[in-house]
Amino acid sequence: MNATTRVRKFPFWSLVWFILGVLYFALPLYATLDFSLRMERDVIGFKAYELAFADDEFLKTFGYSMLLAIATIIVSIIIIVPTAYWIRLRLPEARRIVEFITLLPFVIPAIILVFGLIRVYSSPVNIPFTEISLLQPLTNFKVGTNILIVAGYMVLGLPYMYRSVDTGMRTVDVRTLTEAAQSLGANWYTIIVRIILPNVRTALLSGALLTFAIVVGEVVLASFLGVPTFGPYLFLLGQHRAYEPAALTFTTFLLTWAAMGIIQLVTGGQGQTTGAH
Amino acid sequence: MTQTTLTASKMPAPRSSFKNWIGVVPFFLFAILFIFLPSARLFIGSFTDNDGRFTFANLIELFTQPYILNSYLLSIRISAVTALGGGIFGFLLAYSVTVGGLPKPLRSALITFSGVASNFAGVPLAFAFVATLGRTGFVTAILKNVFGVDMYQAGFNLYSFLGLSLTYMYFQFPLMVLIMAPALDGLKREWREAAENLGANSMQYWLRIAMPVLLPSILGSMILLFGNAFGAYATAYALTGGRLPIITIQIGAQVRGDVLHNPGLGNAMAIGMVFIMAISLAGYSWLQAKTERWLK
Repeated sequence: MNATTRVRKFPFWSLVWFILGVLYFALPLYATLDFSLRMERDVIGFKAYELAFADDEFLKTFGYSMLLAIATIIVSIIIIVPTAYWIRLRLPEARRIVEFITLLPFVIPAIILVFGLIRVYSSPVNIPFTEISLLQPLTNFKVGTNILIVAGYMVLGLPYMYRSVDTGMRTVDVRTLTEAAQSLGANWYTIIVRIILPNVRTALLSGALLTFAIVVGEVVLASFLGVPTFGPYLFLLGQHRAYEPAALTFTTFLLTWAAMGIIQLVTGGQGQTTGAH
Repeated sequence: MTQTTLTASKMPAPRSSFKNWIGVVPFFLFAILFIFLPSARLFIGSFTDNDGRFTFANLIELFTQPYILNSYLLSIRISAVTALGGGIFGFLLAYSVTVGGLPKPLRSALITFSGVASNFAGVPLAFAFVATLGRTGFVTAILKNVFGVDMYQAGFNLYSFLGLSLTYMYFQFPLMVLIMAPALDGLKREWREAAENLGANSMQYWLRIAMPVLLPSILGSMILLFGNAFGAYATAYALTGGRLPIITIQIGAQVRGDVLHNPGLGNAMAIGMVFIMAISLAGYSWLQAKTERWLK
């Protein structure tokens, strides 16, 4: 009897599952790290990292990805924060439809999104029902493709950004804050930028970091729209190199981890996950 | 006196509901330009033949062209397998750190790691698995040198259905952990105590009480995992270079150049995918609503 009670107390199977899980998590990372350190025969060293980071193409494409991530985050905030705020304050009847729209990116995978974007914006933008064109096809010039890719990334990040901001606004009383600001003579710009934004900064940070995690290694939109970012660069590098891609893969993992770790830290474990691959 | 100050500081009553909608115009404009317009274009395109006339032929061809149908079936199979496998394993992991009796610090470590792993996909994930299970991968080498098992001799191949499934599992089961951990927390201790007072053993408690409560949540989460794998493109492309013709790879080929020589059929393939994704999301939210009756 004593033996059976002891077996039941000790969480044997829980431990087995946990260890299996840790192995599944850790082995690919360890394998990548191990491989990336063995560029020089018989020496463990950071040669692959040195070479990878010193490559001009890497610096250019990685910088480009960073720039796109920042642009995506800024424009997302500009569009989503006032919308979420306005819905809480004045337009609760729009909540259902807006929430529905923010879920659509789950139904439209990146490959379909880029397909549709290319179909629509590879022809000139005309005044409706006429042949008078306002704009040449967006896919034909650099600014145009940059607009398209930032918009596409905004769509991919929309569910996370919106939910993050909306949850953030639930915890602060936007109505009272607005009334207080208005009674002190603040205009709408002041209210949103100086009152609402600082109050949802945790939510914004976690939304921004999730967007960053999506954008930094993204390859589908970038390669189909022909934008020279880090994702396609890493893919091409993997075609004819062995050690440098492993080094960059491990770096990407560390970046993702940093982003998620900060989210955990600032939200106290209430962070969400993406899941758009 | 307090009465008057209160009314004075009250918000001006909403002027008119029409004016209020102006505040959300930028959002709707964005949604129309970059979500609705592209989807509508694909949708209309899938009902258009090469001469621009209305047709059902493209949709019918989805089911009659064997290689398109097979791509859908392959995608469905791989998504179902990884949703089931990732779902079961993720559930067991979530169980182990919630009601399974493992110490608290392990739980927060697992949750953080799951957050990272479920976001770690695409090209880097494919490379990591090549370094692990590829021909000269770390695990392949250990099995060969230490245990004398040559996986590739035994028929294993990373660039196959099994290999891709194992790779997908890396972002599938962490997602399950993230969804299931809060659900398992929702199991009330009183239910277990009540069951034990009435003489139920552990097995009876799980089969008759916990499982019926959790089942909608488990099924719903698995459907979410299904959609998660179904829409994946980059991981599969980086790993197999397009040799495994799942539906996203086929659509990718169609976007690069009109390989089918029929743009309408390409559109129909995309719309077929959106349709399946929509069904799975609807199934998820329906089951999630059922879950909330008991949990939370």
